[in-house]
Amino acid sequence: MLELQEINFERENKKILNNINLKLDTDQFIAITGPNGSGKSTLVKIIMGIEKPDSGKILLDGKDITNLKIDERAKLGISFAFQQPVKFKGITVYDLLKIASKKDINKKEACEVLGEVGLCAKEYVDREVNGSLSGGELKRIEIATVALRNAKLTIFDEPEAGIDLWSFNNLINVFEKMRNLIKGTTIIISHQERILDIADKVILMKQGKIEKIGDSKEILEKNIQKECCVRKKV
Amino acid sequence: MENTKLQDDLLNLTDEGLLGEISDLERIKKGAYNIRKNGQGIERKVTENTNITTKTDKPGINIYVKENAKFELVHIPVIITESGLNDLVYNDFYIGKNANVYIVAGCGIHNDHHKDSRHDGIHRFFLEEGAKVKYIEKHYGEGNGEGKRILNPVTEVYLKKGSSLEMDTMQIKGVDSTVRETKGVLEEDTNFVVSEKIMTHGKQYAKTIFNVELNGENSSTHVTSRSVATENSEQYFVAKIYGNEKCFAHSECDAIIKDNAKVTATPEITANNVEANLIHEAAIGKIAGEQLTKLMTLGLSEKEAEEEIIKGFLR
Repeated sequence: MLELQEINFERENKKILNNINLKLDTDQFIAITGPNGSGKSTLVKIIMGIEKPDSGKILLDGKDITNLKIDERAKLGISFAFQQPVKFKGITVYDLLKIASKKDINKKEACEVLGEVGLCAKEYVDREVNGSLSGGELKRIEIATVALRNAKLTIFDEPEAGIDLWSFNNLINVFEKMRNLIKGTTIIISHQERILDIADKVILMKQGKIEKIGDSKEILEKNIQKECCVRKKV
Repeated sequence: MENTKLQDDLLNLTDEGLLGEISDLERIKKGAYNIRKNGQGIERKVTENTNITTKTDKPGINIYVKENAKFELVHIPVIITESGLNDLVYNDFYIGKNANVYIVAGCGIHNDHHKDSRHDGIHRFFLEEGAKVKYIEKHYGEGNGEGKRILNPVTEVYLKKGSSLEMDTMQIKGVDSTVRETKGVLEEDTNFVVSEKIMTHGKQYAKTIFNVELNGENSSTHVTSRSVATENSEQYFVAKIYGNEKCFAHSECDAIIKDNAKVTATPEITANNVEANLIHEAAIGKIAGEQLTKLMTLGLSEKEAEEEIIKGFLR
C-alpha cells in the first residue's frame, strides 16, 4: 500500500536518508528501530509530508503523493503521532478530538476514546492541550487523536520518547490494545522490545539506510549483542 | 425606582442583532437592565435588589446592588446606529457588602455612513467588603460605511477588604480605533482578575492600558491579554502594576502577529514593599509552525488550521 522509491535526504553535507527503497503491505504492524541519528524520524516525516525528500518517489496505493501537502496526504488516509506532542493555547482536548474525527463527535464519544488510551475521560475532555498536562498525558491525547482518524496508514514517531518508564509501561498496554483497534497499516518507531515483539515486521535502520527487515527475534538477537539500541523487556 | 417600558418601534432588527453580539437577549430580560441607544436610555428594568437611576449632573446611570444580594444579573448594553454620533456616558456601580453580582456591559456600533461613530463608556465599580463581581464587557462594530467605529472604554475598580472582581473583555470585530484604560485600586485580601481578548484587522488601532495599585496586604491581581493583530493593524499593551504592600501580581501579554501588523508590549512592575511578588510575561510571535503542522496532519488546510488556532487562542 505504501512504496518508497530511491528516497534521498541530505542536510549540511550529511546523508540523512541514503537511497531508501521500501514496500509495505496493507494491514501490517511495522516497527522501525535503530540507533539515534539513523534517519528513522526523517523517514516517517517524509511519508507524512512534513519533510520533502531531495529526490525519490512516495506512492500510496499506487498514487504518487511525493508533491502533496500534509493535509492532502491526511485526507488520503495517512495519520501521524508526533514524538513531542504539540501544545496549544486555548484549544481543548475535546476540540482536538473533534477535528481529528472529521465529524461532530459528542463528548460521550470523545470520552470513550480517551478511556481507550487510559485517561480518566471526564477530567481531561475540557482541559486545554497545553503545558499543564504531563508528558505522559499529552502522549495519550496524541494517540487518541490519531486513533480517531481511522487512517489507512498510522505513524507513531517514537511514542516512548520523553516519558518516564512507569508511564511507558502503561502506554505499552495501550499499544497492545491498539494493535487490534487500529485498522490498516501502522508504522511505529520504537526501541522497546515489547513493541517490537508485537510487530509483524521490524525494520532496522543504520546511517540513513535500511540495514535489515525481519521479525523481532531476527533483529534483536543479532543487534542486542552488537550494540544496544533496543531496550530489553521490563 | 423607575421602570421604563420597551416600545416596539424603538428596537428594530439591526438593534437586536447588535444586542445579540454583545449579550444574550433572553438573559438580559432575566435580571435588571438598562438599554441605551444613540445616546439615550430606551428601556430599563430594576429588581428587588438592584436599582438603576439616571445621573442628573452628566449622561449616564448609577447602579445600586443591595448588600447580601445573591446571583444578581445586571445588563447595561449600548447600541449606536446613528452615524456621526459621539456618545459619552458615565456608569457607576455601587455593590453592597457581600453581594454577588454578574454584570454585562458592552457596545455595538452599526455605521453604514461616512461620519465617525464614537462611544466612550466610563465605568466605575465600588465594591464594599466581601462583594464579588463578575464583569463581562464586549465590544463589536459593523456596517459598510467609511465612517469609523470608535470605542474608548474606561474601567475603574475600587475594591474594599475581602472583595473581588473578575473582568472579561472582548473586542473581536469591527472596531476601528480603541483606547482601553483599566484601573484597579485594591485594599487588603482583595483579588482583581482581568482577561482581555482583542483581534484587529485592516488599519485598526487598539491600545490597552492597565494600571493596578495593590495597596492592601494579601491583595492580588492577574492581568491577561491575548490578542491577534492582522493585516496592517497596530496594537499597544501597557501594564503598570504597583505593589505597595505584601501582595501578588501576574501580568501576561500574549500576542499572535500576522501580515504587516505591529504589536508593542510595555510591562512596568514596581515593588514598593519587600513582600511584593510581581511577575510580568510577554510573548509576541506568529502562529507556531508545529501547531499548523499538527492540525494539517488531522486533515485541515493551512488556512483552516490557522482559523482553529486563533479561535482557540481568543476563546
